[in-house]
Amino acid sequence: MNTYYADKKGYYGAYGGAFIPEMLYPNVEELKKNYISIMQEVSFQKEFQQLLKDYVGRPSPLFYAQRLSEKYQAKIYLKREDLNHTGAHKINNTIGQILLAKRLGKSRIIAETGAGQHGVATATVCALMGMECVVFMGEVDIARQAPNVARMKMLGAEVIPATSGSKTLKDATNEAIRDWINNPEDTFYIIGSVVGPHPYPDMVARFQSVISQEIRFQLKEHENTSKPDYIIACVGGGSNAAGAFFHYLDNKEVKLIAVEAAGKGIDSGESAATSQLGKDGIIHGSRTLLMQTDDGQITEPYSISAGLDYPGVGPQHAHLFKSGRARFLSATDDEAMQAGLELCQLEGIIPAIESAHALAALEKMTFKKEDIVVVNLSGRGDKDLNTYINYFNF
Amino acid sequence: MNRIVNKLNENKKLLSIYFTAGYPEPDSTVPILENLERSGVDMVEIGLPFSDPLADGPTIQQSSTQALKNGMTTKKLFAQLENIREKVSIPLLLMGYFNPILQFGVEEFCKKCAETGIDGLIIPDLPVEVYHNNYQKIFKKYNLVNVFLITPQTTEERIRYIDSISDGFIYMVSTASTTGAQGSFGNTQKEYFKRISRMQLKTPQIVGFGISNKETFELATRHAAGAIIGSAFVKFVGKNPPGKIGSFINSIH
Ligand SMILES: Cc1ncc(COP(=O)(O)O)c(C=O)c1O
Repeated sequence: MNTYYADKKGYYGAYGGAFIPEMLYPNVEELKKNYISIMQEVSFQKEFQQLLKDYVGRPSPLFYAQRLSEKYQAKIYLKREDLNHTGAHKINNTIGQILLAKRLGKSRIIAETGAGQHGVATATVCALMGMECVVFMGEVDIARQAPNVARMKMLGAEVIPATSGSKTLKDATNEAIRDWINNPEDTFYIIGSVVGPHPYPDMVARFQSVISQEIRFQLKEHENTSKPDYIIACVGGGSNAAGAFFHYLDNKEVKLIAVEAAGKGIDSGESAATSQLGKDGIIHGSRTLLMQTDDGQITEPYSISAGLDYPGVGPQHAHLFKSGRARFLSATDDEAMQAGLELCQLEGIIPAIESAHALAALEKMTFKKEDIVVVNLSGRGDKDLNTYINYFNF
Repeated sequence: MNRIVNKLNENKKLLSIYFTAGYPEPDSTVPILENLERSGVDMVEIGLPFSDPLADGPTIQQSSTQALKNGMTTKKLFAQLENIREKVSIPLLLMGYFNPILQFGVEEFCKKCAETGIDGLIIPDLPVEVYHNNYQKIFKKYNLVNVFLITPQTTEERIRYIDSISDGFIYMVSTASTTGAQGSFGNTQKEYFKRISRMQLKTPQIVGFGISNKETFELATRHAAGAIIGSAFVKFVGKNPPGKIGSFINSIH
């Protein structure tokens, strides 16, 4: 049977698995053995759902964007993950993982972050649960995301600069993995996207699947169908897309559109469009598509959006791409910035630049007037104000 | 017969050295190997530099970054090692992460190793099960010993499994940690060394991570067949010409 979900060993077709050094084996194995049964416990579900409702503010609205719909001649809905507490979808996952960590008896949380959104979402739930929190962040990103660094510190997290390699997200991830190797007993690693060794990609996708679960019933209220014609989401590692696609994967009538960051252009040498520029390989414990040299050295991606600045994609997305189940588009810095500004002016919503990449896909597609299109608005643009100001000279 | 297996039969405490190929200079690889053999080292792990060495501490990370800056690649390493068996006769292993090997092509890589006179491989992020199911046949075809790691957290059942599919030595990681030099070992490590020794495995064990001097070498080899020095040696060659290697080795044994 053709399935787009992880098999028992964490493979999606040829992609996935757990390519980890033996030092990580006990921790990853413990998680693999327990994550599904813990997530299915009644008490877990109760606590998780309660926090999503009362703390995160779910369900996030599904908003009919009338002026955007007129412009693109389709029925466009925005899934408002930007309205979540801390301003992005990332918190759905950090709440789930910290509840798991508690049930596994861990006392110390580590995380990696690029733009700082996942770091903030992790620091937030650690404060909520009274757990120690250490966030690894590339030195370069610390310099360009100062407000989020301050937020993490206010929330009580220790922010450790990653000074190895290119000093950005992939290096922060390396540092977090090294910390986990060095602290094998008490530490839980909260990964921020559908990347890393099995079971992380599947686990994170399950926590984010609340997005498509809500789209189903919300769309039913609006349109009397639970199936949109298109779902559009941006892909860095791919967690917001994985959550928005989750309950529609086996329903081929729903067309899935993944939007990567083309940076200054796919062929410019400064891009993060992994499906176009990547080859099969292994990054952070997972077999997937990644940007690399002929010699197999992982290369540094580029995007104006720090959250999409990752040289790989989650293994499920590699499989969705290779199998043709999802269509992969890309948006350049300029296209994303224009699309972001357009949303401000047409709908009064300032999107995260990551999410603006998903919006930029509207321009590249042709719709029928009655098509129902859901764009996953993964986050809000407050964190990006400086970038917007510098770009548009406001 | 494989050189590693022969060496392990010599019935002495083996001193094995790790260094990163292409560090500190692009052409350091061969002079370092010649000096190591001359100094009486028993076995060498040659590190293939990788952009994202996630099991390594700062010293080896830094040497990898520098080696890559120096233009080191897998192809270049094989070119440097082309005539190595005319100069060096001790067992040689390549140690590296799986992605560059995948890009080279696993079978092609193994074939090149065999032609060059490489005896074994250590690939920390190639899981035991994946090796067993997908690659063991290829490694055996080229008479390459594949070395697995165990750590203080590895369960007895898993150690037995690893023992059953090992044919050279088991790489016994001294502490739950990334690579890095340590001054001494505590009681937990001594207990762990003893515990493994009592298991009477068929495969000899060589201890690595945290061995830096005479004291740690002697402690580590009290129960094991040998020990590997990595970071401490990489630090040394970063600051000293290959001709001085003898003095480093003499300070250990
Ligand atoms: C608002 C927002 N959207 C998207 C992403 C990209 O991550 P993913 O592809 O895992 O959804 C990020 C990451 O920081 C983000 O902050």
